[in-house]
Amino acid sequence: MGWGWGTAVVNALTSMSPASQGTEEIFHLWMISIAIFGLIFLLVTGFVVYSLMKYRWREGEAEPEQVAGQLTVEIVWTVIPMAIVVLLFVLTVRTMAVADPGPAPAPDLIVTGHQWWWEVRYPKSGLVTANEIHIPTGVPFSVELDSADVLHEFWVAQLARKMTTVPGHPNHIWLEADTPGSYPGSCSEFCGTEHAWMRFTVIAQPPAEFAAWERAQLQPSVLPTEAGAVAGEQLFMQMSCVSCHAIGGTPAHARVGPDLTHLAGRIQIGSGVLDNSPDNLRNWLRNPQAVKPGVEMPNFQFTDQQVTVLADYLETLK
Amino acid sequence: MSESPEAVLESILSPDQRAHYQLAWLSTVDHKRIGILYLLTGTVFFVAGGLEALAMRLQLAVPNNHLVAPDTYNMLFTMHGTTMIFLVVMPLLFGLANYFVPLQIGARDMAFPRLNAFSFWLVPLGGILLHFSIVIGDASTVGWFAYAPLNETPYASRLGVDYWAISLLVLGIGSVGTAINLFTTVLCLRAPGMTLRRLPLFTWMNFINSFLVLAAIPVLNAALVMLLCDRLLNTHFFLPAEGGSPILWQHIFWAFGHPEVYILALPAFGIISEIIPVFSRKPIFGYEFVAGSTVAIALLSFGVWAHHMFTVGMGHAMDLFFAGSTMLIAIPTGVKVLNWTATMFRGRIRFNTPMLYCIAFLIQFLCGGISGVSHAIVPLDWQTKNSYYLVAHFHYVAVGGILFAILAAVHYWFPKMSGRMLSEKLGRWSFWLMVVGFNGTFMIQHFLGLAGMGRRIYTYPDLPGWGWMNMLSTVSSFFMAAAALVVLWNIGSAMLRGAPAGDNPWEAWTLEWATTSPPPVENFHALPPIHSRRPLWDDAHPERPDPVVGPDHEGTARPDKYRSAMVAFVLSEGAFFGTLILAFLYFNVQPQQGPTPKSLDLLKTGVFSICLFASSFTMWRSEKALHRGSNRGMIAWLSLTIALGGVFICGQGLEYQNLLAHGMLIDTNLFATTFFTLTGFHGIHVMVGLLLMLIVLGLAMAGVFKSKPPPALAMVGIYWHFVDIVWILVLTVVYILPRFL
Repeated sequence: MGWGWGTAVVNALTSMSPASQGTEEIFHLWMISIAIFGLIFLLVTGFVVYSLMKYRWREGEAEPEQVAGQLTVEIVWTVIPMAIVVLLFVLTVRTMAVADPGPAPAPDLIVTGHQWWWEVRYPKSGLVTANEIHIPTGVPFSVELDSADVLHEFWVAQLARKMTTVPGHPNHIWLEADTPGSYPGSCSEFCGTEHAWMRFTVIAQPPAEFAAWERAQLQPSVLPTEAGAVAGEQLFMQMSCVSCHAIGGTPAHARVGPDLTHLAGRIQIGSGVLDNSPDNLRNWLRNPQAVKPGVEMPNFQFTDQQVTVLADYLETLK
Repeated sequence: MSESPEAVLESILSPDQRAHYQLAWLSTVDHKRIGILYLLTGTVFFVAGGLEALAMRLQLAVPNNHLVAPDTYNMLFTMHGTTMIFLVVMPLLFGLANYFVPLQIGARDMAFPRLNAFSFWLVPLGGILLHFSIVIGDASTVGWFAYAPLNETPYASRLGVDYWAISLLVLGIGSVGTAINLFTTVLCLRAPGMTLRRLPLFTWMNFINSFLVLAAIPVLNAALVMLLCDRLLNTHFFLPAEGGSPILWQHIFWAFGHPEVYILALPAFGIISEIIPVFSRKPIFGYEFVAGSTVAIALLSFGVWAHHMFTVGMGHAMDLFFAGSTMLIAIPTGVKVLNWTATMFRGRIRFNTPMLYCIAFLIQFLCGGISGVSHAIVPLDWQTKNSYYLVAHFHYVAVGGILFAILAAVHYWFPKMSGRMLSEKLGRWSFWLMVVGFNGTFMIQHFLGLAGMGRRIYTYPDLPGWGWMNMLSTVSSFFMAAAALVVLWNIGSAMLRGAPAGDNPWEAWTLEWATTSPPPVENFHALPPIHSRRPLWDDAHPERPDPVVGPDHEGTARPDKYRSAMVAFVLSEGAFFGTLILAFLYFNVQPQQGPTPKSLDLLKTGVFSICLFASSFTMWRSEKALHRGSNRGMIAWLSLTIALGGVFICGQGLEYQNLLAHGMLIDTNLFATTFFTLTGFHGIHVMVGLLLMLIVLGLAMAGVFKSKPPPALAMVGIYWHFVDIVWILVLTVVYILPRFL
């Protein structure tokens, strides 16, 4: 398969580790804001602490001078915050324009939120996948965000602003990565039982590798030859798997659940609940409800034999 | 000196009262007892909400945890938020206001004691209704602000959301009742010399707050009504499939929700404004600015709501408008913080427990306010919204700010309410446990949010830093729990064996300290002269009294409480109808399939409308007749008013019948939905008005109005004119405008 990209180490504070021009703009605004806020906090807290230390009451002391206010002071500390507000507002306008320009006439990527997985389409090539988004580094993608059911929210902190997906009202963001890497994302608008496991990953690859990935993804699946996988493929087509899942190059083309054409190549399954490994795949098939309670995929009560052959088949879908 | 609870109660109650004190508490209309009932209720629900929080923190202590099931966790955060806001903070603040506002203005009780009791009892009722949904295994799991479409039947098919909505409606009625009472009490029951300019800031803030409650709670009621129509009557206010708008739910909810957080904050600001001066031994610095900034905040609070919606795609222009208004509202809030700090400057600070909580409030609220401004900066919000950074922000203002203010108030006013002093030692223990616990729990959450952890997730993967940060937060939360236990222990043991407090243990200056601890049933045996904002300072320091505030020759005339109350009520109903009218406009600007306003019979409706408008004229004539002393005239004109109103409601009934016969039901399309909702609620108001008028008519015919007329007719008159004004708007917006646009 040849993954050319490395898995970037995720810095802990992902919002502070921008990896795109847009998020870098936002990060600069953060730095300025933190400086201003820090100064305000220190000044006011300092004023408080100073007063507490210097003006303690001591036994026997008379009541202090009963000063009720001073107009000049009131004016000064109203005008200065107003000036700060104007400054912050101007910076806000500027950063919004730079970090969030309007969409391209046609989207490069359409991401649709479902309860609880992400449908990913590349309209220009026709590629359809799920939960794992590949983009070429240095190429901004105009992304259309939709929802198939309730409100979700697309958030990959290092690469883009977050944006709600609203059913019936497509939204747009730009998605771009400066450096190759694996950038974690999640749904950030509470969307029901398994909102916690509606995670996704954006994998940024150098353009040549992205092109290779895209070509590979557009290939339909190849019929397996190994006995177990053949049995698994037959089981898949006969059982209700086909009522929800599509596999390119087969009669399965339903779009209720994630597209599985190249499932074996993904790093995670279940929209982030498990790493993609043979054992985990078998655990999922054995009982999805035990792994991700409430998920739309029912527990089919497969026998161990059925689980084995299905997994054998799915592992051929590279 | 240790005493049994019975002995303590004996010293507080009169001989009559001791005979049946248990029942006396259930049937009381005394504002002081009702205040304590609110405080007890709020405390009980605080324990519930706190246990929910601890359960959540335990689930989040380690990654990939399985302590609770996903939907159990989702139920926990839904109930925690709803409980803390509506069943803890609001009742606690209403309780303190109930107890102390009448005392601070030198009044004997609230304006409407029975309404006060009624408003209180709706809180346990609403709370039980909400928690009953847990008992039947069906509690709401969609969050305290319940976004659409998740709150709709296709996605929340069981009863939890319905229980949630109905219990909030019940609680909302109680809140509006209390607001009417507080508004009227402050306006109409002030003692001679207590002008509005001399009001203690706690009372002033509660007075301004009552406007917020009157204007904001009905907006929530309208949203809940629309949601229940969707869930129970198959309408589509918020479901996109038939033209509804999930985003409209957010607009309406937050148009309530943001003023709501100021409803929680303003009384807290009032508390701080009382306590810091007393323990700094100086008056509040900049009273006019603190009072004036409160009004600014109240007004601005209605213009910031969509700062909760920066990520839904409203467009940069809308985002920027709300960013600007939100940044603006930080200014009067900041002015307050600076005034409080300046009050301490050059004072003589006493570090008793109430003051400790106020100092912590200052620093913690400052932190929460600053993180709030960071949310107003839209691109920063695009990173931090819906993350733990946001959770940290609102807990810093709500807990680090508001809850700490409530704790300050409890420690400040407990001596007045009970006649006993709390233990300073236990007070310090609870304070430090609370400061360490609170900051440990929530400071780290700023960083968790910046590290990418979203809110409302029942568990999380083992990403760098997430594990230990969550563990720190969880461990600290148990320090908060310990602090709460120490506070309760302190209160309990002080009730039994606290030192006697005397009238004014803190040497404070407002009128609640000018009577015994606790006050007698009638509150005051005598009042000191009131010339300034600190009558007791003037009393204690005749050599350097405060400057006289405002003209001193002001008479004792106060507005009539009945009319004032009805005006306040009508304001709240106006907010409700305003929301329904806006929803009508929103959905009917675009053409739609099915029935439209053109399906309506303008002519017939016009005729019935003329009858309704004429009934306002006849109502006015009836009031004039009563004023002249003509009982027969009053009865005649009132009967005519009822008849004309009856014609209107029959006309509306016929109109409904006609529309139903043509197949137009409430769920036919959004025009039908908004039409029936708006005219239906108006019709209900007409029917209630007719009922009230019939009662007044009956009373009049029984001769009640002959000697000293009660205010009933004037009150019903205000209500009836309001109903007519709403109809003018409905007629214009629903029947007339659509035909000509």
